[in-house]
Amino acid sequence: MANDVMSPVDAAPTTAEKAAPVRLGAAFVNRLVIIVPYVWLLFFFLVPFAIVFKISLSQTAIAIPPYTPALDFSDGFSGFVEALKELSFDNYVWLTQDPLYFYAYVSSVSIAAISTVLTLLVGYPIAYGMARAPASLRPTLLMLVILPFWTSFLIRVYAWIGILKPEGLLNQFLLSVGIISEPLIILNTYTAIFIGIVYSYLPFMILPLYASLEKMDYSLIEAAKDLGCPPTAAFWKITFPLSLPGVIAGCLLVFIPAVGEFVIPDLLGGSQTLMIGKTLWNEFFANRDWPVSSAVAVILLLILIVPIVFFQQAQARAQEQGR
Amino acid sequence: MASLGSIRRDFAPWNDPNAKPYIRFENVTKRFGDFTAVNDLSLSIFEREFFALLGASGCGKSTLLRMLAGFEEPTSGRILLDGQDLRGIPPYRRPVNMMFQSYALFPHMSVEKNIAFGLKQEGMPKADIEKRVAEMLKLVKLEPFAKRKPHQLSGGQRQRVALARSVAKRPKVLLLDEPLGALDKKLREETQFELMDLQQNLGLTFLVVTHDQEEAMTMADRIAILDKGEVMQVATPTEVYEAPTSRFVANFVGNVNMFEGKVAASDANTARITGASGAQIVIDNAGAAAAGADVAFAIRPEKIKVSSKRPAEAVNALEGEVYDIAYLGDMTVYHVKLDDGQVVRASMLNAARIMDDPLTWNDRAWISFRPDAGIVLAR
Repeated sequence: MANDVMSPVDAAPTTAEKAAPVRLGAAFVNRLVIIVPYVWLLFFFLVPFAIVFKISLSQTAIAIPPYTPALDFSDGFSGFVEALKELSFDNYVWLTQDPLYFYAYVSSVSIAAISTVLTLLVGYPIAYGMARAPASLRPTLLMLVILPFWTSFLIRVYAWIGILKPEGLLNQFLLSVGIISEPLIILNTYTAIFIGIVYSYLPFMILPLYASLEKMDYSLIEAAKDLGCPPTAAFWKITFPLSLPGVIAGCLLVFIPAVGEFVIPDLLGGSQTLMIGKTLWNEFFANRDWPVSSAVAVILLLILIVPIVFFQQAQARAQEQGR
Repeated sequence: MASLGSIRRDFAPWNDPNAKPYIRFENVTKRFGDFTAVNDLSLSIFEREFFALLGASGCGKSTLLRMLAGFEEPTSGRILLDGQDLRGIPPYRRPVNMMFQSYALFPHMSVEKNIAFGLKQEGMPKADIEKRVAEMLKLVKLEPFAKRKPHQLSGGQRQRVALARSVAKRPKVLLLDEPLGALDKKLREETQFELMDLQQNLGLTFLVVTHDQEEAMTMADRIAILDKGEVMQVATPTEVYEAPTSRFVANFVGNVNMFEGKVAASDANTARITGASGAQIVIDNAGAAAAGADVAFAIRPEKIKVSSKRPAEAVNALEGEVYDIAYLGDMTVYHVKLDDGQVVRASMLNAARIMDDPLTWNDRAWISFRPDAGIVLAR
């Protein structure tokens, strides 16, 4: 028997048997690593979305939950199919009939877009200054950008009410200095919303911008100057294009949540201003119309998918470039 | 039509008292806080010269280059280019271009866009830019790679793009900061000759910064050896090697053996030097070494002969023991420990195919050299 084991005929299958499970195991672990996030997304994103989508196809009702049909498997499969037949796109049709929703979407997207541009204008010089600061100072500056996160977002927005209201800190200061003779009306206007969004989302703009500016080789700017490019032109031809991945990431990180923003328009914008997040909240809590508010949410998601896909493509391109 | 070789051979404007320097550093000092990078340095470089700044890191050679490019201003002193004081002129208005050590290629632009960048800044007409870019691509043999981005190129190709970009504007002076530093040895040697040909063909003045003495010796018409922000010697490669003016230069460039001693007697031609152990050597060209002066006699390893017997005709011969042997193929390096304890390095060319070296470890051996083989340096 001992001799048999040593013979090549016998040895070959033995090695193959040994090697196969190892290779399978490695492949399985590799696949598992990919599966975990997909399972996570399935349970915590796709399933909830399917539920919301189903509710958006239902009809409102005085019941718990406040819509019909409630999917119920107690009647067996045929009952389930019956319930599915009751679903309709009526709520989506309704959204197109009342111009309120259209205005709310347009207003949200434009407020978010303007806020994003303002955030970029404020954030870029800050990120640039941080990236050009002495290396020893950068961690401190970075800390200062992140510092506001240590306080509740809600409290910071409330604080802005104290600053912006007619008898608030800003007006008191401007009146005492003598720049204005009567208080500015800022609170409960779109201006207050812009201030709130720019303030709240500034770190989300600065951080990706800083990341892309900081790793940029300064000798590129020197090379541009050496080749006859004045500093301003060098900025637009070299620095800005190379920071574009950061600009895109920052803009989307601000734009996407700003479109659906609810707290800032509610607290700073007052009742005069219109944003989809607020409309959705009203539908859901004030009207208790789950199906319509679900439809509003689904449409909002569809609007946001466009920039998200754009963002992913930009990320992929940046990765492909290896920078 | 004179050949490139003869142009190079006859090129020596630094010996012509009427020649006007093209670049002139006048008493230039540069301080960064407490640190003095360049200390009261004066230097003249001539038109069409291939000039090398050689020194260890931190010797101020890169600072000198950056001051000429305009990225740093001298703390005091002035820099003249073709008679014009460069102080206050920003880098983008200086008629010099630089090839960066990191190449600094614009990662978001293709090879041809990189090369065209400086020309566009100049406002050159589009057709002319295209022509010049094509010319440059041909010059550096990168025509098939015109549309590639820098990250799609090898290190050697990137180096050539950087070179093409920096010469595209036909600068008065091309500054090269460690141009071959990132290349492997074989590629570096090839590129050295390419750079020399390029400099000759374009008729530009090259100022190259390097820490690699072989690179400087191969390429440069003249070399300035820097130490701690000061010029130690400016001379042709041959002079730097064969006639160093200081111990620093003798030690920095190549290998050298130093014999410390006192001048026992000297006349117009020869001097006799007595070492600490009493051994005597006779040398020619001792210069102004007066009797009684403490001096060092510096001699290169390849000028020392090693033999098992004292050569009959030798004027200078010292006895010792073979301490170490390094066989390098083309030559053999012997370390001979003299009887006074000094270890002397001698290298012998293996001109003949001898498989069995008659000398081996711990053998008694004689080193010998001609009276004119070395140079006397003040202590």
